[in-house]
Order: sequence, then C-alpha cells, then structure tokens
Amino acid sequence: MGFEFLLTEEHKMIRETVREFAEREIVPVAAHYDETGEFPMPIIKKMGELGLMGIEVPEEYGGAGMDCLAYVLAMEEVAKADVATSTIMSVNNSLFCHAVLTYGTEAQKQTYLQAVASGQAIGAYALTEPQSGSDAANMKTRAVLSDDGRYYVINGRKSWITSGPVADYIILFAMTDPDKKHRGITAFIVEGDTPGLIRGKVEPKLGIRASATCELFFEDMKVPVENVLGEPGMGFKIAMAVLDAGRIGIAAQALGVAEAALEASIRWAREREAFGHKIGEFEGIQWKIADMKTRIEAARGLTYSAALAKERAKDTGARYTLEASMAKLFASETAMFCTHQAVQIHGGMGYSKELPVERYFRDAKITEIYEGTSEIQRLVIARHVLGLRGSF
Amino acid sequence: MKYVVCLKQTPDTTELPKITPEQALAGNEGATLVLNPWDEYAVEEGIRLKERFGGETVALSMGPESVDQALRSALAMGCDRAVRLWDPSFADSDYWSTALILARGIEKDGGADIIVTGKMSVDGNAAAVAHGIACKLGIPLLTQVARVVDVSDGRITVERLLDEGRETVTAPLPVVISVVKEINEPRYPTFIRIRKASRTPIPVLSAADLNIAPEEVGQAAARVRWTHLVKPEPKKRQVTIIEGDTPEEKARKLLDYLMDVEKVL
Ligand SMILES: Cc1cc2nc3c(=O)[nH]c(=O)nc-3n(C[C@H](O)[C@H](O)[C@H](O)COP(=O)(O)OP(=O)(O)OC[C@H]3O[C@@H](n4cnc5c(N)ncnc54)[C@H](O)[C@@H]3O)c2cc1C
Repeated sequence: MGFEFLLTEEHKMIRETVREFAEREIVPVAAHYDETGEFPMPIIKKMGELGLMGIEVPEEYGGAGMDCLAYVLAMEEVAKADVATSTIMSVNNSLFCHAVLTYGTEAQKQTYLQAVASGQAIGAYALTEPQSGSDAANMKTRAVLSDDGRYYVINGRKSWITSGPVADYIILFAMTDPDKKHRGITAFIVEGDTPGLIRGKVEPKLGIRASATCELFFEDMKVPVENVLGEPGMGFKIAMAVLDAGRIGIAAQALGVAEAALEASIRWAREREAFGHKIGEFEGIQWKIADMKTRIEAARGLTYSAALAKERAKDTGARYTLEASMAKLFASETAMFCTHQAVQIHGGMGYSKELPVERYFRDAKITEIYEGTSEIQRLVIARHVLGLRGSF
Repeated sequence: MKYVVCLKQTPDTTELPKITPEQALAGNEGATLVLNPWDEYAVEEGIRLKERFGGETVALSMGPESVDQALRSALAMGCDRAVRLWDPSFADSDYWSTALILARGIEKDGGADIIVTGKMSVDGNAAAVAHGIACKLGIPLLTQVARVVDVSDGRITVERLLDEGRETVTAPLPVVISVVKEINEPRYPTFIRIRKASRTPIPVLSAADLNIAPEEVGQAAARVRWTHLVKPEPKKRQVTIIEGDTPEEKARKLLDYLMDVEKVL
C-alpha cells in the first residue's frame, strides 16, 4: 500500500516478526484472557524478551534502539491480535519509558528504564484522579517536602491506572504547590513496594479486560527526592509532553484493531451467503468495506506521519502535539467505525463470542477515551490551529 | 567448531494455494517469499549447536538478491554470518546442481564440521539437496534428525525419527544432518538482533569464485526437468453437523453414526 515506501528492510522485518509472534502466541489465547480478565503475564514476559517493551529506548538502557515508526508497526500488529495486550505495551513504551528516557537522570535511567525497557519490570503512569480526568491539572494528590528536604510525603489517590495492579514502577503526578495550579505539579517515580502505596481492586471493564486497571491510594507514602522526575513544578509539562508520544501509540493501536475488523469482514463477506449470493456481492456491504478501507489508509497516513514528526523532534526538540492528536483522534474514531461495521457485516455471528469481532468492538471504544478523549483531541487541534492558549 | 546451515527461500505456505502451475513452472510464483519453514528448524539447530558446543554458525543460500531476506532472518535469529551464492548461470539449477553449488560454497568458506539442512523445501518437496551435498563433499549424511545427543571426540551422536520409532546413531565429523520439526522450537528474532542483521553485509560468491563452469549448472546441466505440472482439485467433502442438546447426546449420536452408518467401529 501507499506508505510502504517509508519502511526500511529493518521495519519490514520487525513487522513480520511481530505479526508472526502475535499470530502464534497472542491470537490463540486472547479470548481466554478477555473472558477471565487475567493479566497476560506469560505473553508480556515473552514480549519483553523480544524487545517489544522498550522499542525506542537505546540499547544501553535495555531497549531495542529503534525508531518511532518501528514502534508504530509493532503496536499495530500486537493490537491486531489483542488490544488489551497492546495497551500494556503502550503504557510501558510510550508513557513510562519515554518519560524516563526524556526527563530522567542517569541514575534513574540505569535503575528504572533498564528494568522496564528490557521487560523485566512493568511500568505505569498515574495522572487521572476521580475528580480530574480531562481536567488533569485539577488533581488533589499532595506531595509535601519533609523538613529535612530528603523526601516527599504523598497523600491522595489516582484512578484508572493501567497495569496499576501489577506495576513495579509508577510515574506519579502530584501537587507540590497548589497555589501555582498546573505549574505546581511534580512528577515522581514510585517503586511498587513503597510503604503507603495501596492498590485498589481491579476494575471490571467493557473491553481491554486483560489489561488490569485499578485505583491507587497513597497514605503518607514517602518518596525520596532523588525520585523526582525532571524538576519540581515541571510535572504538568512532562505529563502533557509524554501524552504526545502516548497518543501516537494509541493511534497505532486503533489502526491495528481497525485492520483486524476489516480483515475479518473481508473474509466473512467472501464466504457468507444470503439470497443465493455471497454477501460481499451486495452493494450495501461493499460500501461498508470501502469506507472501512479508506478510513484505515487515511488513519495510517496520519499515524505514520505523527511517528515521523516524533522522529524529527529527536533532533529539533520540537513538540508534535498537533500531529499526535490528529492521528489519535482519527485513528480511534476509525477503529470504532470499523469494528461497528464489522459486527454489522457479521450479523448474528458478529454478536457471538465464537468470533473475535465482538471483542474488537468492545476493545476499540477505549481508544476514543483514554490519553485524552476525542473531545479533548478536538480542543487540542483547534487551539493549535487557531493559535489559542490552553493546556491539555 | 563450525556449523553451516543451508537454507532456501520459498513462497509463504499460506499463499501456496493461490499459485498457478504456469507461475510455478516459470519460476515466478508472485508470492511473498519467506525462509522455508523446514529450514527454520535447521537455523535454530545451527544456533543451538553453537550455544552448546561453541564455535560459529554460518547461513548459506543459493539464489538472487531477494534471498538476502531469508539470510537476514537467519542472522536475526542468531547466525554469526551469512553468505549468498549467485551467478546468472545458476538459474534453473536442479537439486544435483544446487547441491554442487552449495558444496563448493562450503569449501570456499573454509569447510564445516556440521552442515545442517531442513528436511525439505515446501515448494520443491524433493528432500534431495542434503543428500547431494553429502555426496559432493564425500561425507556422511544423517537424515530425519530429531535430537543432537552429543558432539565430541570428532563424532556426532543423534536420534533419528523413523516410522517405527527413534534410532540413535553416530557418525564421524564432518557430517551433513537434515533435521525434522520435532528437533526444536525455532526462536523469534529479537529486535536488537533484527537491527544488527539488517546492517550486516552479506557477501556474494559467484561462479568464478566457486570455480564452477556454466555447463556444470543451470538449465544446461539439469538432470531433472519439469515437463508437466498440474494442480490437484481441492477435495470437496460432505460435512455433517451432529445436533443435540447435551454433549452426551451428541456423543451418542456420533457413536451410532460411526457404528451403524460408517461401520468403522
Ligand atoms: C481503561 C482505562 C485505562 C486508563 N488508563 C489510565 C492510565 O494508565 N493513567 C491515567 O492517568 N489515566 C488512565 N485512564 C483515565 C483516562 O485517561 C480518563 O478516563 C480520560 O482522560 C477521561 O477522563 P474522565 O474519565 O475523568 O472523563 P471526564 O473528563 O469527566 O469527561 C467526561 C466527558 O466530558 C467530556 N469533556 C470533558 N471536558 C470537556 C471539554 N472541555 N469540552 C468538551 N467535552 C469535554 C469528555 O470528552 C467526556 O466525553 C484510563 C481510563 C480507562 C477507562
């Protein structure tokens, strides 16, 4: 297709390897993990060994040392097999690793990045609170510097934390100076066994059921000052900049599940008969397939272009907020559109647990919600284009 | 110790049904080319030999530039080097000539202690090249190898998978072994190895490098000619779905059917 020219031999090998891995190791067990809601630890460990947990992290910090396009291609293939698994992968790569790689000290990189990028440990990113999701700066979690200046005491709670129940290391955002509002937020790296860190029960969810999500509570939790990520007060900027990277991952994830829905629909349209014809011979079905394909290719264009913008930013230091938001917005809505059409094309079988199509449909929805809802993406894009101020 | 894995690039098996006899005869299948699935086991075993007994593992293939992809897959899995053998005169070589080219390639590269091949290729299905290499080099061949038990004191001991069971045999090195899929589970290439593999140069040895005259290989020397190729009709079978409310009821109906209708029990 149209964007193949962007890919090097290396990219193609990555895509082929991940596709084969996903087909053999993830597809056969995806329905099981969806049904039970168990965390797919054996798969995540194997993915870590291949290098899927720190794709853009340099080799010296335990990663695979590849570019953002390689990350996007790998995400796409994993999401095609199972969105939940790709969610765990995305938080590790583009939220945790990206944050520590970009803002961490050498010591933080050696300890935390090394472990998470090599897949030996699992990372999480804790920004959302019960009263503050889209309006993330409205957080209540407080971090107070101890009298001797050696540690912060943190109290509060975070909600909806992906991999929260199993995370070894958590990037946590807390208010250190409430008067300064979003300029008073600081980012921390918290170790999973820190006293005062309490993990809530795993949330039952509509989709991505194998990606464990829970609330985190902090009760007089002490975090040493060495574990501040970046500078005090820089937290909100870090949170937003990291989400730029995260949104490219979500766009790739959405693209993957949309492709899975299209592939299933093509197979079904060629096989299923009604009124003496293959249903794919009916114009009504053809139009759905045509719209799915067209939107997928458009989403691919936006997603790959955002990946290239991130790649360029490694040299220029520029932000790629606009590209990332557009890719995330369009790809996630494409995922919802395509999985919805796929259920319709499959008729009753689209509603049955015998085929993965209903799972694609349930899983796709999250891509329009997390890492900034579609409404928030539209605000980000509009403010950029109109030159208005505002932080999301 | 030095291990050489001989491998081939073949059409992706999932695309095999789409290939027409005309395309196959013309040598242009129009399919995605991948490392021959049987050879994945050979590559894996070549790497495991190195890990168990030390030394170097080299991937070797005869074919045009596109074959580099299959060689890179072998590098990405863990082979140390790859060498490609190609010359326009090699085109359309049969099994015997292919074996000659590979044997000369191995000699040119300094020989090998253990040469590993897959059981056969998914396109040719002849399982003849390993035999040819052993013949040309004048060394023993162990086929159907399902386990390498040991390599020591200049000998190899392997288990061969036969219809009747397993047989343990030993042979002096150097040796050619052709392996079956029971021997191992091929690893996935890691991203770091993929990165290295995509940057590793793959040297090409020509007919002149291998001292091979044009009349020794290619169509000119082919002892086997494909004169006629037909595709079997896909088998159409009747499917009966046994209905029933409980698994027990379905099982009873199936049993009745097998005993009374098919009379196989
Ligand atoms: C499965 C799952 C995993 C998650 N993982 C993580 C994680 O790992 N880490 C983390 O920090 N968070 C995580 N989240 C939280 C997620 O990012 C938030 O749910 C999301 O940002 C939306 O916030 P909210 O739920 O508070 O909704 P709200 O912000 O309350 O939004 C409700 C609705 O109002 C709309 N809305 C809000 N503001 C505006 C506006 N200004 N203009 C127009 N419409 C508006 C929203 O778009 C939405 O439709 C996760 C959530 C889920 C469901």
